[in-house]
Amino acid sequence: MGHFMITLNINGEEKSVAVAPDTPLLWVLRDTLQLTGTKYGCGMSLCGACTVHMDGQAVRSCSTPVSAAAGAKVITIEGVGEGVTGKAVQQAWQGLDVVQCGYCQSGQIMSAVALLDGNRTPTDADIDQAMGGNLCRCATYVRIRAAIHDAARSLA
Amino acid sequence: MTRPIENHSRRRFLKGAAGLTLAIYFPWSFAQNAAKREAPAATFEPNAFLRIGEDNAVTVIAKHLEMGQGTYTGLATIVAEELDADWSQVRVESAPADASRYNNLNWGPMQGTGGSSAIANSWEQLRQAGAAARAMLVAAAVQRWQVPADSITVAEGVLRHTASGRQASFGELARAAAEQPVPEQVRLKKPSDFKLIGQRLARKDSAEKTNGSAIYTQDIHLPDMLTAVVAHPPRFGAMVASYDAEPALAIDGVVEVVAIPTGVAVLARDTWTAKRGRDALRVEWNESAALRLSSARAFEQFRALAETPGNVAREEGDSEAALGSAARTLEAEYDFPYLAHAAMEPMNCVIRLNGEGCDTWFGAQMQTHDQAVLAELFGLEPEQVRIHTLYAGGSFGRRASKGGDYILETAHIVKAIDGRAPVKLVWLREDDMQGGNYRPMFHHRLRAGLDAQGQLVAWQHRLVGQSVAAGSPFEGAIQNGIDATSVEGAANLPYAIPNMRVDLHTPGDIGVPVQWWRAVGSTHTAFSTECFIDELAQAAGQDPVAWRLAMLEAHPRHAGVLKLVAEKAGWSQPLESGKNGERRGRGVAVHEAFGSFVAQVAEVTVESDGRYRVDRVVCAVDCGIVVNPDVVLAQVEGGVGFALSAAMNEAITFTDGNVDQSNFHDYSPLRIADMPRVELHIVPSTAAPTGIGEPPVAPLAPAVVNALAAATGKRVRRLPIGQQLSG
Repeated sequence: MGHFMITLNINGEEKSVAVAPDTPLLWVLRDTLQLTGTKYGCGMSLCGACTVHMDGQAVRSCSTPVSAAAGAKVITIEGVGEGVTGKAVQQAWQGLDVVQCGYCQSGQIMSAVALLDGNRTPTDADIDQAMGGNLCRCATYVRIRAAIHDAARSLA
Repeated sequence: MTRPIENHSRRRFLKGAAGLTLAIYFPWSFAQNAAKREAPAATFEPNAFLRIGEDNAVTVIAKHLEMGQGTYTGLATIVAEELDADWSQVRVESAPADASRYNNLNWGPMQGTGGSSAIANSWEQLRQAGAAARAMLVAAAVQRWQVPADSITVAEGVLRHTASGRQASFGELARAAAEQPVPEQVRLKKPSDFKLIGQRLARKDSAEKTNGSAIYTQDIHLPDMLTAVVAHPPRFGAMVASYDAEPALAIDGVVEVVAIPTGVAVLARDTWTAKRGRDALRVEWNESAALRLSSARAFEQFRALAETPGNVAREEGDSEAALGSAARTLEAEYDFPYLAHAAMEPMNCVIRLNGEGCDTWFGAQMQTHDQAVLAELFGLEPEQVRIHTLYAGGSFGRRASKGGDYILETAHIVKAIDGRAPVKLVWLREDDMQGGNYRPMFHHRLRAGLDAQGQLVAWQHRLVGQSVAAGSPFEGAIQNGIDATSVEGAANLPYAIPNMRVDLHTPGDIGVPVQWWRAVGSTHTAFSTECFIDELAQAAGQDPVAWRLAMLEAHPRHAGVLKLVAEKAGWSQPLESGKNGERRGRGVAVHEAFGSFVAQVAEVTVESDGRYRVDRVVCAVDCGIVVNPDVVLAQVEGGVGFALSAAMNEAITFTDGNVDQSNFHDYSPLRIADMPRVELHIVPSTAAPTGIGEPPVAPLAPAVVNALAAATGKRVRRLPIGQQLSG
């Protein structure tokens, strides 16, 4: 497939890229735009490490063709802290020292922000539901849960 | 207390070699690095482990890999304590590969991270490094202020002379401190004077790991770099017979296709194009020497081996005679599958050849081993191979690669293109899952005898499984046919049993590459021993905690954690019962691994259809002096989750030589909904620190399975548990 110019809106900035339209958004972010905070983990929407927001929804960028992102507002881990929820979540994550290896945490944070943007008072069951697609091999889940509750309190 | 500085080789580097301790000046051009190497005249570098700048930054040089276990934070805490630094001024940088300065003191002349040894082996070394730097800063202040040394105090990064009101920061004294003689002896603090050690200090890597700026191997982009994705053989032992590169080369952006010993590599300007190229390749494999293993058949072979005596790892009394005369005997067999590490960041490596040698970037876990491997392949001296150790996106033992598998693969690709471009090798998840170096499968057979009073009088434990140490830099762990890592936790069973025999079969012809996996031998020995002990307690009509304690009189640290966990878990009170139809149970296990002692109580709920959940895990730990209790808690939480993941669901299996699993749909690590509550209780200690990364993994599975037995009466003896309670 040939390359086409596609204009993306990433973290509020317009970016034009010349890539094959079926290229997953993940690799455009990482390799073309060098926004490497979004991670590759599985390539099959199984682990959530590549989670970004498209028009406010959490999506797995490894399985989203870049053509589907044209015209959408894409937010990545590099930009999510500009928002009120994103900042609160990042602060809660740091306050509890959630991270271990850290590789999955961009995706965890993006999923947590999307959850809190839609539900300011999530229950444990809500968290299980919203975060169930994000694997953490270091099993930082105890602190992920606690940090989401902390962020919710700080946003109340 | 006053101690001599032990590592005299370090002192050669105190002066004049300053730049050598600059680890990663990241990473764009080596010329930039060289410029910075000549610059640090204003920097105080008292030894190989820290640097103080005039900007008042204290940079701790970490010889160990940060793979999530919090070692950067722990190592920096030890230095900062003896230095009396302020935690906010401390930064951490990775050390270059150099066995003469940065060897793991538990391993001899080799730099590397593993066996939960980072804090343990660095404890004295980094205290001395911090104390020496502090003494030189004080000496600089003495010279400047012309006051006696004992009238100067140091706290939170500031030196003060109270009588005159003078004070100076580390940064202000850095240049003068660099001119002071290095002390021959340093005074270390009494533990009661610790200000940072034992406190919950914030991790040093939290901020960059929550805003996307932390750099992992996967994130390296070098000018002109090519990304390689490799077509690997479908079975271990297969070789490339022929390949057609044309379909790959026809893809826009694919630059080159090269054959390497481990397959065929497609190089492209970006990862996705390299993957598409790899998928388009047509490769014929020569499978004449390929693995044809099937897991079921391998277990049959292991069971047959277990019928015959193995190499004896421990023999006391006459276990055979004691079994013959026992009032009651029990026997149990346990099966353990291969396990993948499945770190979230799949294996990867970046190598760039240049006129002076080569630069490499990866989450290096055995730096000097990898350095030697690369030097040999490229025909370089080891010191010409510069390793820039980056954060690793998990390892769990995988990156301590025997023979440097994926690192060597990267080097072969670089060599195949004559070093024309830097290469980043990317293993996709499937490459990683099917790439081997698994926790070996094991079969255990245990027999035990109780006398008429219910005392345990005989114990026989036979293990069958591949050696992890074989072919590794730790082959010395194999003595008289016994790989110590195969029987750790079994050969040193702490219970007082008069007649014991532990023996081992090590089948050498299996053909599946195996490697250490978080907690190594204890991943299976803790399970079989602690499940069997539990079963015996039940047979003897004894309480599982009291029965163990009665046999642990000679092992007070085992007994200490066991008593503590029983108290904190409310072992003597009945467990709250379940809702309609739910059965609940509580199980216990205790184990020593890597010099640390861990006991856990797990509480489970089993539904009427056999589905189960682990509600709560109470953990007691004795790991000596605790450097950072919050990092210890994090490792306990993570260790519980990692071990529960394997116990519930994980298995790598083979069918006719093919690995049956490929990605997270069929090798499914624990997700958040299955994570139990975790409570930690630490035994106060004045002993030197031991590890915490691996020990909490060991007792989890037996505690859970003992709890499931308490709830259902059914004893699971084959891992993973899977659907075994539903049948």
